[in-house]
Amino acid sequence: MMLFKISIKNIKKSFSDYAIYFFTLVLGITIFYLFNSIDSQTALLEMNDSKKAIIKLLLAMLSMISVFVAIILGFLIIYANNFLIKRRKKEFGLYMLLGMGKRDISKILIGETMIIGAVSLIAGLIFGVFGSQLMSILVGKMFEADMSRFTFVFSKAATYKTILYFVFMYILVIIFNTGIISKVKLIDLLNAKKVTEQIKTKNPIISLFVFGISILMLGYAYIQVSLHSFDMQRKDIIIMIVIGCIATFLFYWSLSGFLLQFMKMRKRIYHKNLNMFVMRQLNSQINTNVFSMTVICLLLFITICVLSCGNAMNDAIKKDLRDSAPRDICIIKYFEDDLETMEEDKKEKELDKRTIKEQLLEEGFDSNNFQEDVVEGKVYTTDELTLELSFQKNKEEVKKQFPQLLWDAKEEIISLSDYNQLAASYGEDTLELSEGEFLMVCSFQTMKELREAYLKDTIISIDGKEYKSATSTCKQGYIQMSTSHTNIGVYVLPDSAFHTLENSSLELYSCIFSADYKGETEKEKQEVEKLISKFHGKNIITLTKIKLYETSVGLAAIITFIAIYLGIIFLISGAAVLALKQLSDSADNKERYRMLRKIGAENKMIRKALCQQIGIFFFMPLLLAMIHSIFGIWFSSNFLGGIISSFNLWTVIATTVFLVGIYGIYFLATYLESKRIIGFE
Amino acid sequence: MDTVLKVDKIEKYYGNRGNLTKAIDNISFEVEKGEFVGIMGASGSGKTTLLNCISTIDRVTAGNIFIHNQDITNLKGNSLNKFRRDTLGFIFQDFNLLDTLTIYENIALALSIQKISATEIEDRVGLIAEKLEIKHLLEKYPYQVSGGQKQRAAAARAIVTNPQLILADEPTGALDSRAARMLLDSFCNLNETMEATILMVTHDAFTASYAKRILFIKDGKLFNELIRGNDSRKEFFDKIIDVVSLLGGELNDVI
Repeated sequence: MMLFKISIKNIKKSFSDYAIYFFTLVLGITIFYLFNSIDSQTALLEMNDSKKAIIKLLLAMLSMISVFVAIILGFLIIYANNFLIKRRKKEFGLYMLLGMGKRDISKILIGETMIIGAVSLIAGLIFGVFGSQLMSILVGKMFEADMSRFTFVFSKAATYKTILYFVFMYILVIIFNTGIISKVKLIDLLNAKKVTEQIKTKNPIISLFVFGISILMLGYAYIQVSLHSFDMQRKDIIIMIVIGCIATFLFYWSLSGFLLQFMKMRKRIYHKNLNMFVMRQLNSQINTNVFSMTVICLLLFITICVLSCGNAMNDAIKKDLRDSAPRDICIIKYFEDDLETMEEDKKEKELDKRTIKEQLLEEGFDSNNFQEDVVEGKVYTTDELTLELSFQKNKEEVKKQFPQLLWDAKEEIISLSDYNQLAASYGEDTLELSEGEFLMVCSFQTMKELREAYLKDTIISIDGKEYKSATSTCKQGYIQMSTSHTNIGVYVLPDSAFHTLENSSLELYSCIFSADYKGETEKEKQEVEKLISKFHGKNIITLTKIKLYETSVGLAAIITFIAIYLGIIFLISGAAVLALKQLSDSADNKERYRMLRKIGAENKMIRKALCQQIGIFFFMPLLLAMIHSIFGIWFSSNFLGGIISSFNLWTVIATTVFLVGIYGIYFLATYLESKRIIGFE
Repeated sequence: MDTVLKVDKIEKYYGNRGNLTKAIDNISFEVEKGEFVGIMGASGSGKTTLLNCISTIDRVTAGNIFIHNQDITNLKGNSLNKFRRDTLGFIFQDFNLLDTLTIYENIALALSIQKISATEIEDRVGLIAEKLEIKHLLEKYPYQVSGGQKQRAAAARAIVTNPQLILADEPTGALDSRAARMLLDSFCNLNETMEATILMVTHDAFTASYAKRILFIKDGKLFNELIRGNDSRKEFFDKIIDVVSLLGGELNDVI
């Protein structure tokens, strides 16, 4: 019992030592609970079946990633714990000197770990439970769920899981601690603080040289990545990543030496206030932490990219969806004219020529279920216009970008009035066209550029009539709904081209039907959706807004969730390691700052120096990571250009603010704690 | 003569009403410009408390301390820091050099703190390093040089700001006898050529014998005063030993 009392007193006494450790633990537990409690959140309970399927996938992925996260957190906890043990070696030495056995010291440590573990678990779970309510709202928004029946939830499963994982980690910590204590010698414990590291200094010329090389390497990788982001092979990407990692390492290896030389040349600044001292402090700090700074920088880089790309992808997918699926339903019916159907019953073939409107009516679908503005358009094809004929001029280039393209596929052609009807119903711009002209409508960015390359002076001829392009650019638009901008190109011809269809090479290819459901609420629309889902047949594709949203939004949400989960874990790991590194140095620093005061430096000056030192130490990795990220994000937005057509700057900014916020908390805590350690009150 | 330091009837009590300890009990003395004064006493005699009071690290209970006719017992806060920075130079037993900085930077830092321009800093550091024979060590780190060299660097740092008074607390405490001799020689050199005023606390008779005048303290009171006058250092040393044996206590084991 006495040992337990010592444990409690120790924690109280060194509470501020433990503050950052404790904060990290609580944060880790909170996040762990949050992401594992998603399944029981009300917003999700209200969802329909197809959404639930996506949630299931999300949960499966999250529980897999949770294992990975637990491993990272486990390492972090053991690392942090080791640091705390090291700081207290002298204390343990004193216990041993007073005759306490190693077993008793281990017991004290076990007591401490148990107390801290229990308190952090309880605090973390409480934050987690309340945080998950916020999360629930967020999730609901992402999955566009009905939030009207929001209630407070508590996930038993997630609680058990969190407790299980963390108790396991704490047991590991206890085993580690016992191992450390059983191995130490008394003399080492007592002298632990006296061992001063030799100051690692590097040859300034080598430093300058290496710094130059690292900058060149980074520059090379940046340029490569930004110039060739569209057509980079996987092998090249890996090479760029490796170059980036090595350059980052060399950068930190030589940074302090370079800065020191640089500052020495600017004597004014070097000799101003305590700058000299700050530079030297950083020099020794960075030199002894090159590897961890590199790792932290790369972690932060991944975090920024993952967070902003995840968010941006979610945003972009949703935005594309809003643009590309504006109406409740879009039905496409293909009129196949391949030989097999020709051989079959002619009557059926005739039957198949019905438009969708006619077919709906015949099959007894009540048109009152739709709003007034039902629109239908006809799409034609002809042997006279295939992809190969379109891309005569830049076939090679197209082949390189789209090797899987079917060259003898026929281009889709639509009449101006039909297109304008459809476009108006989608809320797109309508077009104007004179006789003898055609327009190209396209929404798929890459294809648009390839099409524009040949449009300018191309003349197509159909049924002996020639048409030239009305403009040298493609018109933005589409004729059928989809999840994103996927229209690879449709020719719009004047109505006159379709007047004499009997002797024309133009053949009816498909009908496109678009309408809105009657009904104000989500429920009423669901009812109509249920009715219309009975309408199906050979060659009929039904695209509804509800279905498109479910598949697309679900994917986006999964990406975002995993991005946020991993991002936060990486971030707190990196920041915590930096903070602990800084604090473990503060014992040495204490002595140095005391000397500064002895030789007459004012408190204000010393505080400033401390703030500068910690600030630079903290923000050096962040700064380089941000520069990396600019190129990383640029690259991924180009590389994923096919999927994401717009990259929202605001999501990147929001991510950065969030990141700097959490990082800033760690910086502030470290600064205040260091200030306390070196003896400011 | 120009009086640099005037200590006037100072007292310093520790503890509370029930259990009062007089660390300093009515001490008065004066130090003139260019003097090299030693203060000797056994441990617990109050010599370090005296130094702490003069260096404004500690406050007196009663009495006044004047440095250049300025009463420093009334100074507070930033003006106290400023006074300490501009008027005093410190040399400590454990050197107090910053291990991350080179010797040059250690010396220059004292000037940087006083916001002196970069070019002047370089000149002054070079000059003082020459005087203390550490010019060849300027680019080395403290861990690369010997204890004596470290202490001379610390002395250089103390004097480079041209302080009115240099306070040395057991400067030879961590040095072997050869290094101690070199350091004390350079103290004498500074004292004679630069007219530096030095107040040195020590319990070592050999170290004390380099001073021009020695104040002995026992139980918080001024016990005796020795002036070297025209004696050789050896003769002065013998006189010190006589007083020490008179003082009794721990100082007996000095040799």
